[in-house]
Amino acid sequence: MIAFITRRLLLGVVTIFLISVLSFIIIQLPPGDFVDAYIAQLSSSGSQVSAAEAENLRQLYGLGEPFYVQYGKWLGRIITGDFGESMEWRRPVTEVIGDRLWLTLLLSFAALIVTWGLALPIGIFSAVRQYSFADYAFTLVGFIGIAVPNFLLALVIMYFAFVWFGASVGGLFSAEMALAPWSAAKVWDLIKHLPLPAIILALGGTAQLIRIMRANLLDELRRPYVVTARAKGLSEARTIIKYPVRAALNPFASNIAYLFPYLVSGSIIVSIVLGLPTVGPLLVKALVAQDMFLAGTIVLLLGVMTVIGTFISDLVLMWVDPRIRHQMD
Amino acid sequence: MAEPILSVRGLKTQFFGPEGVVRAVDGVDFDVFEGRTLGVVGESGCGKSVTARSVLGIVDRPGKVVGGSMKLRRASGEVVDLGTLTNEQMRKYRGPEIALVFQEPMASFSQHYTIGNQIGEGIKLHMGLDERAAKKRAIELLDMVGVPQPARRVDDYPFQLSGGLRQRVMIAMALSCDPRVLIADEPTTALDVTTQAQILDLLRTLQKDRGLAIILITHDMGVIAEMAHDVSVMYLGRAVETGSVKEIFETPKHPYTRALLRSIPTVLAKPRTRLPTIAGSIPHPFDRPKGCSYHPRCAEIIGAVCERAEPPAVDTDDRRQVRCFLHGGMEEAKAGLQGAPA
Repeated sequence: MIAFITRRLLLGVVTIFLISVLSFIIIQLPPGDFVDAYIAQLSSSGSQVSAAEAENLRQLYGLGEPFYVQYGKWLGRIITGDFGESMEWRRPVTEVIGDRLWLTLLLSFAALIVTWGLALPIGIFSAVRQYSFADYAFTLVGFIGIAVPNFLLALVIMYFAFVWFGASVGGLFSAEMALAPWSAAKVWDLIKHLPLPAIILALGGTAQLIRIMRANLLDELRRPYVVTARAKGLSEARTIIKYPVRAALNPFASNIAYLFPYLVSGSIIVSIVLGLPTVGPLLVKALVAQDMFLAGTIVLLLGVMTVIGTFISDLVLMWVDPRIRHQMD
Repeated sequence: MAEPILSVRGLKTQFFGPEGVVRAVDGVDFDVFEGRTLGVVGESGCGKSVTARSVLGIVDRPGKVVGGSMKLRRASGEVVDLGTLTNEQMRKYRGPEIALVFQEPMASFSQHYTIGNQIGEGIKLHMGLDERAAKKRAIELLDMVGVPQPARRVDDYPFQLSGGLRQRVMIAMALSCDPRVLIADEPTTALDVTTQAQILDLLRTLQKDRGLAIILITHDMGVIAEMAHDVSVMYLGRAVETGSVKEIFETPKHPYTRALLRSIPTVLAKPRTRLPTIAGSIPHPFDRPKGCSYHPRCAEIIGAVCERAEPPAVDTDDRRQVRCFLHGGMEEAKAGLQGAPA
């Protein structure tokens, strides 16, 4: 098992390396470079950039060099912990991303808790009471949850929160706290703002997971080992929780891997609508401006997080399912 | 003869589906005695397994026991009708009084827990032992059913065991709370012949040592001949013939029993002769024939009677029952039919 984990870790490192190459290529793919985008941006606002100035900028960022040299330099610096400077913000990339990374992680985690907290009991209930009124009701709500894009849901919730409660939903902090340094009051402010975006971000995934859980559990409930458990005299609740639910848990574990990348790239619109200070909107801006060090760092981060998430979900799967654990040996 | 441990009369279990009611068990009677084995035999879908589950009160929805009595005589002498208990009350009978061994040992175990955990669960629940004592007892049980190296095997998962071992573990689990009645639902169907013989041997030894009453459900007349003391032959949810194994094999009375016995392959048969089979197939559950449910396939049908009237259970000799007009009940049936429109 230790050999397996080591192997997976090494494979993970290789995967991250490949991701870094790919992300660099993808960022370079569009015609032009940051300086072109910069000039276009400035000229649209009326000012001009001289050819000499542009050449200086290109020299500064090493944009004239061949692709592999640029990549080599970039990677070399990353290994020493220097992610380069954002061309657009004129500040180190790490500083630009800053708190956004931790807030995104926090939001992912909160959304994961909401997803599991809702999907697990509702999925179990829907399967055990199949075709009951409540099952149909959850199914209906679930399909709406899957079908409605969550940025629309976010807008609707913001509207009603404002109309009914006079509350302005949006962001993760109140206006006066957003720029304040970290303090106990700011953390409390964050905690108060966290649930609503977490729920909005979680709903689509929750609806899907309810359907998966219900279908899996319906399969498992018909298996002979459930009859065995009943024949032992176990209570119905214990029978269901200990045996079929345990067997139906695998999709919950594999869900961990997708959540972070989904939250960054799949929910950019929601983040923009809700004004969430997450990595997603930053990535969009960086890509539009061809700010390659910033975009590259974010894409690389996404890759690393996905690899870590997959690794964690593999460990959880091994813990949940002894068959997987024993295939390792 | 002593009093039976379990006495079932007129048991009826029905499934209420959207297309109608399926009468899976439709008036079954049998008695099970200490230290004896009752063989329940019949084709697939005749209600054997549903009978077993009805006794334990674990029929899956939409099935329900709708009638009859299932009187269990407890060790104290107290007689309880299992049909009148609530599910919650019934729970303490599952395991310590009546236990079940299933057909598919692989599917009947959860693959997510060790066998020690799954055996110990009932022990902790019914005997009130703690984790360690339960594990100790699980190891003793594994040893008793002939699992080698029980102290090591107890921490194995079911998928790490062979089919024969899994069935031994299943038997250990069934016996974990010292039940007095063991229902074995096709315990050897999924096993090869050698393992099958070993498992049947094990059941016989355990019965002798503990005075277990066994209900052995099977479609294999060979297993019945080897194991059972008494036999109940089922067809479409009814016991068509009941009696001691010797009498049934020597003088089968019901045409269905006779046909079943004829269709056992034998090494004495002349080469290149066809094995006799029973004509036709089992009717669809929603399309149960009127009158005697066996009449469309019966070679000895008495026209006009079997098609219209249901044969009553007739006691022929001591402790022998047949549901067939060839052996009685004709007069009453005719009297009944005259009153009714043809």
